[in-house]
Amino acid sequence: MLHQFFRLILTVFAVCAVSFTAAAQSDPKTLFNELGKADFKQAEVLIGQLAASGDPRVVPALEAFSEGDLYARKSDGAVFITKASGANLALIDPLSGETAGEAPKGAMNKLKINNSLRRVIRSALGGLTLLSPDRNVRLEAADAVLRSPSAENLDLVEAALAKETDREVKARMEEARAASVLSSDRSLDEKRAAIETVASLGGRGAVSILMTASGALDPALKPDVDRAIGKIESTLAFWDMGQNIWYGVSLGSVLLLAAIGLAITFGVMGIINMAHGEMVMIGAYATFMVQEVIRTSAPHLFDWSLAIAVPVAFLITGAIGLVIERGVIRFLYGRPLETLLATWGISLILQQLIRTIFGPTNREVGNPSWMSGSFPLGGLSITWNRLWIVAFSLSIFFGLLLLMKRSAFGLQMRAVTQNRRMASSMGIRTAWVDAFTFALGSGIAGIAGVALSQIDNVSPNLGQSYIIDSFMVVVFGGVGNLWGTLVGALSLGVLNKFLEPSVGAVLGKILVLVLIILFIQKRPRGLFALKGRAIEA
Amino acid sequence: MNQLVSETRPPSLLYLDGVSVSFDGFKALNSLSFVVEPGELRAIIGPNGAGKTTMMDIITGKTRPDSGRVLFEDTIDLTRKDEADIAQLGIGRKFQKPTVFESHTVWDNLELALNRKRGVFATLFYRLTSEDKARIEEIMTTIRLTHRRDELAANLSHGQKQWLEIGMLLAQEPKLLLVDEPVAGMTDAETAETAILLREIAKTRSVVVVEHDMGFIRDLGVKVTCLAEGSVLAEGSIDFVSSDPKVIENYLGR
Amino acid sequence: MITSFILRALEGRIIVAVAVLLAVAVLVPAANLLTPPDSALHIPTYAVSLMGKYLCYALLALALDLVWGYCGILSLGHGAFFALGGYAMGMYLMRQIGSRGVYGNPELPDFMVFLNWKELPWFWHGMDMFWFAMLMVLVVPGLLAFIFGWFAFRSRVNGVYLSIITQAMTYALLLAFFRNDMGFGGNNGLTDYKEILGFSVQADGTRAVLFALSAIMLSLCLIISSGIVRSKFGKVLVGVRDAESRVRFLGFRVENIKLFTFVVSAMMAGIAGALFVPQVGIINPGEFAPANSIEVVVWTAVGGRGTLIGPIIGAILVNGGKSFFTGAFPEAWLYALGALFIGVTLFLPKGIVGTIQARTSGRRAMKAAVEAEKGRTETPAATPIQAAE
Repeated sequence: MLHQFFRLILTVFAVCAVSFTAAAQSDPKTLFNELGKADFKQAEVLIGQLAASGDPRVVPALEAFSEGDLYARKSDGAVFITKASGANLALIDPLSGETAGEAPKGAMNKLKINNSLRRVIRSALGGLTLLSPDRNVRLEAADAVLRSPSAENLDLVEAALAKETDREVKARMEEARAASVLSSDRSLDEKRAAIETVASLGGRGAVSILMTASGALDPALKPDVDRAIGKIESTLAFWDMGQNIWYGVSLGSVLLLAAIGLAITFGVMGIINMAHGEMVMIGAYATFMVQEVIRTSAPHLFDWSLAIAVPVAFLITGAIGLVIERGVIRFLYGRPLETLLATWGISLILQQLIRTIFGPTNREVGNPSWMSGSFPLGGLSITWNRLWIVAFSLSIFFGLLLLMKRSAFGLQMRAVTQNRRMASSMGIRTAWVDAFTFALGSGIAGIAGVALSQIDNVSPNLGQSYIIDSFMVVVFGGVGNLWGTLVGALSLGVLNKFLEPSVGAVLGKILVLVLIILFIQKRPRGLFALKGRAIEA
Repeated sequence: MNQLVSETRPPSLLYLDGVSVSFDGFKALNSLSFVVEPGELRAIIGPNGAGKTTMMDIITGKTRPDSGRVLFEDTIDLTRKDEADIAQLGIGRKFQKPTVFESHTVWDNLELALNRKRGVFATLFYRLTSEDKARIEEIMTTIRLTHRRDELAANLSHGQKQWLEIGMLLAQEPKLLLVDEPVAGMTDAETAETAILLREIAKTRSVVVVEHDMGFIRDLGVKVTCLAEGSVLAEGSIDFVSSDPKVIENYLGR
Repeated sequence: MITSFILRALEGRIIVAVAVLLAVAVLVPAANLLTPPDSALHIPTYAVSLMGKYLCYALLALALDLVWGYCGILSLGHGAFFALGGYAMGMYLMRQIGSRGVYGNPELPDFMVFLNWKELPWFWHGMDMFWFAMLMVLVVPGLLAFIFGWFAFRSRVNGVYLSIITQAMTYALLLAFFRNDMGFGGNNGLTDYKEILGFSVQADGTRAVLFALSAIMLSLCLIISSGIVRSKFGKVLVGVRDAESRVRFLGFRVENIKLFTFVVSAMMAGIAGALFVPQVGIINPGEFAPANSIEVVVWTAVGGRGTLIGPIIGAILVNGGKSFFTGAFPEAWLYALGALFIGVTLFLPKGIVGTIQARTSGRRAMKAAVEAEKGRTETPAATPIQAAE
């Protein structure tokens, strides 16, 4: 009761004070001229009065003051904004902003400024612009007050708040007011409420406002501040975790992209294709070529370059895959270790081929406009290119799943891998199913290359950096199981990102590798292993 | 507990008690129980998927059962041991597909199978003794491969590989021999000879034969167990089992 | 016991190979040191070191062959054992620099001074003693192989899975050794050696001795490998390669057999690395690169896996070819290497030596088969059981 009474009194007093200063203020012009004679102490008061005028015209002069561009004329003490003009100074009227001739430097006195004055000016400016007719300026001003709240601004903020009609600006001003209340001499209750308001802001900013304020605050409020900070930090930790998961998912989707073609060639067919990474690399180079053609002949299509590159990359790498299967791999079925060696040889040749054609250095692949930039989601910051890659890899995954489960080709493919002899006696051309399955896996690797060209350097070594990771994902997830590859990729990605902050990127990667090696010892057939007699044969 | 078992029953060499195992929901063995007595020659028949090979996998330690006990000589629980342990206990196994060391000679195959110390250093510094030589010669005579002693196993005929594998099992000196389809792919003459060979072998040890060839089983003239869907369907003499209506329905057909 | 092991090892081809190696160990240094530079017989020092390097590679290939050719374990991480042996030697050589380094610190190698380290990390202690460093050359790769193999073989990881995780192992080590704070000189590795056992590493005499040592170690490891392969253990090894489950059902502990072979092989690779480092003058994390380990596989495949001489010949041939190509047509080398991988697997799966052996033994087997056939027709009673008819 008593508190509320006091609060009422205070509020009344505050409102009176504002109106009083507003009424008792002198003309800003006079105030500026007095500034010319004032010492630092007096200047602070004058600036306060200028700010209290609420006159937006004083803003440029105050800015000039803090820049050290405000001079007083020796002859009459009139104060001007100045600009260097040869040896002279160009004079500008502090309020109207009109030029008022020139004067030699010797005829002018520079108004002295120090850091504490600058601070006063800054908050005064923040307060002043709170009254600007421009909504955005007001919003910015409220932000400025929020960033460096001070008791001096409190009256102004409250005055502005009373007039404010825009909801967003009003909310921001409430927050600015609350932040300012903390460093004022208002009542404990009011401060307590202010702590709540600031805390509801959330984020690192709120923590730092509370931290700075807490030093000067009444010890009785300490528990409130601590509680508020604790709450904010746990929210922050929650969003941090969310951000980590997002980074992890994003890395996981990259792994998924790299591994998904391998899930077919290795997982389904059992072919150890060491040239898989090179398919990804060639897919990335296909993107580069498509963009080159678009740049020279149809620049307006640039935003479509990736959409065009996807089928191009699929066809190129699929065709290469077909040739590799027909030319080499088909002679090596049932000899996985030999296949490994031969495809390694192929990977060396493909790398060198690309190096010969395109040179050993990185090639520039551009991001279409819809892939750049980012947007906030709750406490997360999400970049468009990562979001697209996540979406892209998931759509490839589900597309492939659909193809395997629902299409005639998928049916034949599964038939051949499960019982080759039976499939062939039912009239399936097993050799061609093999060839096209391999081509499909290679083509998908090529598509992955299109996406990876957006986030990685396009060089002949691109594929090398993915091959081991891809194998790890497929083996970890469980060979022959597409879902395993999905889960494997995402969980490895998230694991990697959670290890990174505590041990660093490289050590994190090493740890993940070691963990996978240990995991394979424990479950040699991966997360989602097929059990039974058939697979042991 | 094991003591209890041996008190209530005559001593057995192998005792399967309520063994079940399933792969991805498919019940390969469903509470299978049966007993092999010392010195017994037993034939096991049953349709495909009846669990014959899975049963052998469980006895030899390749697969662990989900539930049930497998006792060897009434005291040793085989479900806790691995293949090498079980082999050293004296259980030999012949696979469905003849599995011999193709890049070794017949002689080397038998030398490796001899029941001697099998540790790393024991084999590293092993020297062939005259006793071992005599034993290998003896086995080669038994399996009729003396004239091909220096031939690589890869160059043997299918039937000869089957015999070589049986010979390797003999060299192992097992107490129990598990033989999976020994006459698959053999000529009639070879089949008949194999029956004689197995009967000879069974004089000194227990043998369990899994076979589809009813003529061969008739030749053996022993107790027959018919498995279906992972458990025992019928047991008894060949005539008894093959007249059982359930066996006819499930396996032999009308 | 040991003597019978060695006697068994010294079979025809091995005696020839060891004799050749020992002759080379004497003749090449002699041709380098004892002949005037303008003589037709003179071998320049750089060529001695180059050949020494080939011999180290040959030893590495032999080590790989022991596990791959005989036991069927395709290790794609043998480069890691080689590199670890090399690092152990490199650490010894770094400690021998003493205060002659750029920063003149008597205790710390230059790179540690550069990183502002105040004292030697614990694992660098003792590496200034030659005997201890040489022990580490064997122990470190052996221990890694033991730990890795103990897990892998016990849980029956085999075939391509094993190959892939060995590759992951060397990749993880590659990443680790690139880090400065590992304490192995980061991506520059260890280099600028001055002395080994008090002899300048640059001196012709030291180079010649290192070459001879390489040839001698190669012979020694060849004899050991031959002893292993020709023992009953070796036969079991081949059994594991061809029919692992049969070996298991015969009562052998396959995991112990594999583990022993893997560890012996890793130690040989470590020795190869240790001899390699002083001859090339540097060891850096690049040696851990998975590509290096796969290259070793192709040397072995070209020469002929499952033969002991093959990998030695393969390593020397392929690396000779590499030196020639990278000098004459640098662009073409990777094409040639790639083609070699494909060609060998498709057209020469047994490798050079294996193909020659198969041809000669094939002829012999043909003869034997004909004779056996004759024997059978002469004595039809060789089939003793008549009752079947």
